[in-house]
Formats: sequence, C-alpha cells, structure tokens
Amino acid sequence: MPANAFNGFTDYGIGIGLRVPHYDHILTKKPTVDWFEIISENFMVDGGRPLKILDQILEQYRVVQHGVSMYFGSSGKLNREHLKKLKRLVKRTNTPWLSDHLCWGSVDGTYTHDLLPMPYTFAAAKVTAQKIREARDFLEVPICVENVSSYAEFHVSEMAEWEFLNEVVERADCGILLDVNNIYVSSQNHNFNPLDYVNGVPVQRIAQIHIAGHSKYERFILDTHDHPVIDPVWKLYERAIQRAGKTATLLEWDDRIPAFDEVHGEALKANKFLQRVENETVHA
Amino acid sequence: MKLSTPKSQTKREFGELQKIMATAVMRPLTRGDKMQIKWIDGRPTKIVVKNFIKPNDRLTSFERLEIYNRQYWFRVRDCFYSDYPGLRAILGDKKFERLTDEYLTQNPSRSFTLRNLGSRLVKFLEANPKLIAPHSQLALDMARLEWAHIEAFDNEAVTPLQPDAILDSNPAKIQLQLQPHLTLLCLKNELDDFLIEVKKNSGLRNEASNAMEQNQRHKKISLSRRLKQREIFLAVHRHDDSVYYKRLERGQFLVLTALQRGVTLEKACAQLVKLKSPGDLGDIIKKWFSNWAALGWFCGIKQ
Repeated sequence: MPANAFNGFTDYGIGIGLRVPHYDHILTKKPTVDWFEIISENFMVDGGRPLKILDQILEQYRVVQHGVSMYFGSSGKLNREHLKKLKRLVKRTNTPWLSDHLCWGSVDGTYTHDLLPMPYTFAAAKVTAQKIREARDFLEVPICVENVSSYAEFHVSEMAEWEFLNEVVERADCGILLDVNNIYVSSQNHNFNPLDYVNGVPVQRIAQIHIAGHSKYERFILDTHDHPVIDPVWKLYERAIQRAGKTATLLEWDDRIPAFDEVHGEALKANKFLQRVENETVHA
Repeated sequence: MKLSTPKSQTKREFGELQKIMATAVMRPLTRGDKMQIKWIDGRPTKIVVKNFIKPNDRLTSFERLEIYNRQYWFRVRDCFYSDYPGLRAILGDKKFERLTDEYLTQNPSRSFTLRNLGSRLVKFLEANPKLIAPHSQLALDMARLEWAHIEAFDNEAVTPLQPDAILDSNPAKIQLQLQPHLTLLCLKNELDDFLIEVKKNSGLRNEASNAMEQNQRHKKISLSRRLKQREIFLAVHRHDDSVYYKRLERGQFLVLTALQRGVTLEKACAQLVKLKSPGDLGDIIKKWFSNWAALGWFCGIKQ
C-alpha cells in the first residue's frame, strides 16, 4: 500500500545505479536486483549500443530514470529538444517516476554540466516550480527533485535549504528524491545539523532516497560517489525512513567503481534499516 | 532603531546572479589549476565573488567558488581526454591540455550532453592550426576520425533498403541516402590502426549523477612514431552495435561521397570511368553495391 501520494512504489526495494563496468556481469549472470536507476542523458541517443543494452536490461529489470541536466533551477526556459528526447526515453523505459536535481547549470543555452547550488529565494523557487510543472505536463510522468550537495552559499538566500526545497515542491506539487549523503555533505560544508534537514522535509512527498559515499578533505567534503556509505549517512537514512516509511532506495557509486557484488552488497545494507522500520510499524 | 527588511531577490536579479556565477565557473584556470585572481574587468576576483558568495569558518568566498571552477574544468577536460585519446597521443598531454582549454573556452558546451562537447573541434582546429603544429595535418585527421567514431557509436540507424530496392529504378534519376552513422573520410596517414592501438590504452568516461570527478591525468602514449604516411579512405560506421573503420578504394570513396552529397546514382558512378577500365566497371560496381547493401548503408531512395 502506498505510503503517501508521491510514493506509490514502497515495494520497489533497493536498487543500484546502472553503470558501464557492470553491463557484462548483469547481462550474463542476471543477478537479482530490485531495480536499476539509469542516468537518462546516457540513453538519450538516437541508436547504437547504449539503447541495445538498455532494452536488454528492460527485458528483465525495473528501471527508473534519473537526470543530470534538466536544470529546473536555471533562470532560462526549458530546452524543448531535451524534453522531446527525454519523452522518447520515458516511453521506452516506462519509468514510474522521473527525477532530476534541484539545481541550475545552464545560462542562455551554455551548459556547465555541473549541479550548481540555488540561491534560496522566493523568486528562484517560483521560477523553478513553474519549470517542474511544465516538464511534468510535457513528459506526463511524476517528477521528483533531488537535493544536491553544495560547496557554496549565497548572501541573497532568504531561507534554509530544506525550506527552499519545501517551497519548490509545494509550488510544483511534485515529489522529493531525498539524497541523505548530499544532506550530510552540505551540512558539513555549511555548518548545519543534518537531522534538522531530514526532519524538516515534507515526508508525504518523499518518493525515493539516495545513499552514497563521499570524500573528506581538510576543509570541505566533496560528493565523489566513490566510497562506501559512512555511518552518519546511514543514521540519516534511518531517520528518513522512520519518517517516510518504506521508500524506494538507491545506492550511487559512480567513480572507482568496484565489482558488481560489492556495490550491490553495499546497497543491501539498507535492508537492516528498512527491516527495523517495518518491525517498528508492526509493533506500533 | 528599526531595522529595514532585506530586499527580496527579483527574477531579473536571479538571472543575473546565475550569469555572473556561470562566468566565474567557466573561466579558464591558472597554470596551477587555480581560479584566476583577476576578474574580467581587472578587479580582484575575490572582491567580485565576495559580493554574492558567503564565506564560512574554513573557506573564503573565493575558495568556495574555486571548487566549482576547478570542478568544471576537471569534468570537461576529463571528457575530452576520454573522447580524443588519439589526438592526445599525437600531441602529448601538455599540448593537448592547452588545446582543450583553448577550445572549450571559445566553444563552451551548447548541448545537454557531454557527448557533443567536440562537435566544433574540427572547425576550430582548421581555424587554429598553430595549436596543433607541427603535426597539424595528422592532428586534424585524427580529430575528424575521432568525431566520426563518436557519431558512429550512437547516431541513428535507419531501416536499411532491401538489396533489390534499386533494381528497377532509373540510375539517372535516383539518389541513395546513406546511414546517419556513416562518415566517409580521406586521411593522409594510416590513422585507423593507430587509433585502435591507442584506444586499447584508454578508459571509459563516466557521466554520473552528482559526483565530482577527480582531475585525471593520463600518461602520454608515444605511438606516433609508428604511424605510416599513406593516404587512406575510410568509412566509419556501425554494424551490430560495434563501430568499424572500413578501408575503401579511392573509387569507392568517390562514389559514396557523391551519393552522400545527393548526386544521382548514374553521376556518382560516372566518376569511375577515369579510374577503372570500362570492361570491368559493371561487375565492380555491382560487387561494391552488393557489399554496401549487405552492410545496410543505404537507407533511403529518392526518385
């Protein structure tokens, strides 16, 4: 039974990101995996091996699309060509929901290919929410926005990041992909309590959770997705699912990618917390 | 004393903030891979940045923005490193990096996908041969070949024509369309074998969700001495989802490039009269077209 209006997929379980080094293993060994998350842009092509691999994966697994370049938070208009290509992919994958980041990254048609942080202002929230609505109407699929990790803050911000997230998703009436690793990274970089963030998001809108590893440097933390998940991030995950209930969970591992079994094993550690939450629910 | 309420950001100011930040993020790094200390108008960058980025207890505004500036360049450089291993092998790492920075400063990405980052490289090199001297022709040919490879990898494959589709047509009137993934190249060096060898030593690029990539430098691959100087004609295409470099005869190249330009079948083949003896011509053309049709290269016909 769905936990909330934006989370009709509580049975989705634990997935991992589909990455090139694992293709052969997945297609030959056919491991049991609840679902795969794909980076939409890697498959928004006109032909060739990427689409062939995707079709083979779709024959056996559930796939959810995750984007990196929609840039809902850019002040300019949405790229119509991008949307058309994305819609073709949505039809191919039948993704039950589609996520991208609450960030910006393009100006006047020039792309930085980065997930740049938003100024947390009402003007920015209004523009961003309008674009999310436009994208959803065009793509005809539920949209979730993901909080990004960040390394800078703006003087002009008028609210905390989670208040901004709330402002956007309420205005856009969309879901949240809550990345608890990103919350941790930003909390260390900007000196806030990450639990305030997790406790501050509208739980009824959390449709998916991301977990990942990062790299710690002397004066800041970088979101590198090249390590196992650390304990403080698991604690945030536990708190998030205590609030949201069973939620589709995905581990991201994007650099220095280990063998498939290691990545999948890391993701499955989430089961411990999901089980605990389920037991608590039963006892309650 | 009553404090005034801070003025809220307007939509116009929101856009202006993004423009100034994007300018800072995409500005070239210094030789030591740091953010430039002077802004575009000569003011200290730290003064400009301080106006819109907050410092924290560990980093100045400048240092916080510098993370994004470095991240941008590491990402696009890494993409170029992966997409152009052959060009890098010819130029060496230092020269390749200078070229990359120069090209991407003048041609920042205009596409949502990093796949298209090199789409204007050949034109850029034609206009800036000094950047690839003294191996200008070699480097230019390699850039053409590597872009053709990218196009062949994931461009559209249209349903091929059946081999007998042109049998009853009038050669003087029909134009044949070639697959979008097929590129025809005339190169001054035997770069196909060279690139295959180079690619054995190069890795794959990741386009990942929210991850910051580390600055990845690659070892210089000194293979350029093994290059054989000989003009070759190549068809770079995809078959069964793999990219191939197929050597062509001069005559084959002339016919196919003519067809790609939209010349009629008869005119395209008429070019062969100077190259082949008339007695063999019919059989040769039949054999070639049969081979090309089997590879699925013809995908449309205009009467």
